[in-house]
Amino acid sequence: MSDTHSTAEKVAAGLGRRRRKEFVFRTLGMFATGVGILFLAVFFATLIGNGASAFKQTFMKLEVELSADIIAPGGELDLVYADFDGLTRAALRDKLPDASGRSQRREMYRLLSAGAGYQVRDFLKANPHTLGTTQTFWVPAASNVDMLMKGNIDATIDETLRPLSDRQIAWIRSLDEAGDLESRFNMALFTNGDSREPELAGIKGAMMGSLFMLLVTISLSFPIGVAAAIYLEEFAPKNRWSDLIEVNINNLAAVPSIVFGLLGLAVFINWMSLPRSAPLVGGLVLTLLTLPVIIIASRAAIKAVPPSIREAALGLGASQMQVVFHHVMPLAMPGMLTGTIIGMSRALGESAPLLMIGMVAFIVDVPTSFTDPASALPVQIYLWADSPERAFAERTSAAIIVLLAFLLLMNLAAVILRRRMERKW
Amino acid sequence: MNIVVMTDNPTEKQDSTSPVVEVNSLEQSTQHRLQVALPEFTEQATDVGGETVGNVRAENPFMVAENVNVYYGDNHAIRDVSLEIGKKQVVALIGPSGCGKSTFLRCLNRMNDSIDTARVTGMITLDGEDINRKAQDPVALRARVGMVFQKPNPFPKSIYDNVAYGPRIHGLAVDRAELDSIVHTSLERAGLLKEVKDRLEDPGTSLSGGQQQRLCIARTIAVNPEVILMDEPCSALDPIATARIEDLMDELCEDYAIVIVTHSMQQAARVSRRVAYFHLGHLVEVDDTDRVFTNPRHKLTEDYITGRIG
Repeated sequence: MSDTHSTAEKVAAGLGRRRRKEFVFRTLGMFATGVGILFLAVFFATLIGNGASAFKQTFMKLEVELSADIIAPGGELDLVYADFDGLTRAALRDKLPDASGRSQRREMYRLLSAGAGYQVRDFLKANPHTLGTTQTFWVPAASNVDMLMKGNIDATIDETLRPLSDRQIAWIRSLDEAGDLESRFNMALFTNGDSREPELAGIKGAMMGSLFMLLVTISLSFPIGVAAAIYLEEFAPKNRWSDLIEVNINNLAAVPSIVFGLLGLAVFINWMSLPRSAPLVGGLVLTLLTLPVIIIASRAAIKAVPPSIREAALGLGASQMQVVFHHVMPLAMPGMLTGTIIGMSRALGESAPLLMIGMVAFIVDVPTSFTDPASALPVQIYLWADSPERAFAERTSAAIIVLLAFLLLMNLAAVILRRRMERKW
Repeated sequence: MNIVVMTDNPTEKQDSTSPVVEVNSLEQSTQHRLQVALPEFTEQATDVGGETVGNVRAENPFMVAENVNVYYGDNHAIRDVSLEIGKKQVVALIGPSGCGKSTFLRCLNRMNDSIDTARVTGMITLDGEDINRKAQDPVALRARVGMVFQKPNPFPKSIYDNVAYGPRIHGLAVDRAELDSIVHTSLERAGLLKEVKDRLEDPGTSLSGGQQQRLCIARTIAVNPEVILMDEPCSALDPIATARIEDLMDELCEDYAIVIVTHSMQQAARVSRRVAYFHLGHLVEVDDTDRVFTNPRHKLTEDYITGRIG
């Protein structure tokens, strides 16, 4: 028998050291977590600080006379070639009558967005009977006006160092005082495709591109990934070949994504002659990218199904297939879906492979099918971050916010699906 | 003497070294005692690996194992076991952990098929037909030879669906009414109907441990098998639940042949007509339960039932 008294003494002697170690470990853990939270907070603060203003946009009030003399000189209104800019410029001239001479007028016209004319055109297209009347429009102001209003252009520095002249700034101030400038919700950001004019640029094209791509990806990678996982886990004989396949799948999950882009370029575009810049090809490439992730997650989910359930079903005389589809699949489904959605989140945030297959092009039109040229959200962010206009900086942040919101939504969906489908045993 | 590594539950991956040590020490201590203890009956056998003593034959044999050997990879887990299981009788398999009784049980409905490294030789017949023949579909065999496991393992479905699962996959009921009656009869025979008849749609996992095990028995008899294999069905249950299952076995053996693996000598004595004692993969002794417990013919059997081994 051991001496209980000495045991107690020995334990007591070491107790202080154990407590100290535990304290140090806890403190380190708290510090590490704190650093993580701090970085996250800084990240979100700068992102929202930079991007929030992009959801507002300065609009200018114009009383436009829809003069038939300017837009329908021959008596017939031609919606394509008519000089709608002429109408908005005339309206602005009425507002700012002090501009004299061609160069001053040109300076004045630069306060208007190129979209102002289109807005008048769209209105006339919808309401042709208004020809000849005077209507009040709120048209987008040029991005520099917007930047000045948001305080992003410093009016006090030397005139040559800023994009707006002293005269333009004076006009903007007078328009603002007259109540002709107003900050409104920036609908264009969500309804337009890309544009060279920041005030007209939107992410709808990129969002649709991403959506089409993810549709292709999920409809291919989920069934293929789950089928592969079930086969490997439940039916494939365990031998050298299955080990080799397992190792290779694990390696594929770690292959840099741009390599998949090169593969897609070689196979889908060069060899199979699928269109460039198309969401179809993007989706195929992202399928290759997400398949290993889904297969690994699904195999883990299948492995986690307790063997007792399999044995119970086998013992009752269920065939291997019935065991899989009646018992293993329902229990493994939450894990499989979580893996799939994590794979999809990765696909949504992926830009490198898309550069390889031409989805980095400047595309104004919103894609309407799987083969239309398109961009994707992360690529759009990359494109805008590269643009020199000051107004694209805030739009870049806004696009990141939208992308993160999508990712959050997808992860939320994963959590909800998991909760719903999880069964206890 | 050969030292064999055996796993009690072959589905678990085990560290192969630890059972060796265990078996080894067990064997040494057994030998040691064998040398020390003076044999009371001179005719008592003392060797392991010799002929099975007692009587492996049953009066009315239904399931017959002849010279069955089981290998897990290089491990020779069951050595030359022959045993007959009669109709309407309960046979208890007893023996220390790792002696191969569960392995032998799993041969009877070919559950070892799902283990890649397992190999079974010898002949096992059910009603005169070789169950390991090529033409025998394990699915059809398992419909005739049902199994109840150590841990209650109801499906994460409703109580009704648990019992109805077997009849459904085998197409035993033509319509819903027939299925309902199969479910009710099975629950009734498993002694569970009274407790659950108002909550058949509740999940099977919401029941208590003893109820779950009776649900598993109901699920097994719903397929109407001819033999029921039970692998330590009461080891996870309290004495009251155990008593209920034992009563149930008494009733069920009027219709089925039952083979039960148990660690409890009392349970073997209470429920079984015949007892088979396994040791290190050998079937050491088989005989009528009364006889084995009152007058064991093999030294190892005596040591085990008197508590000196295991």
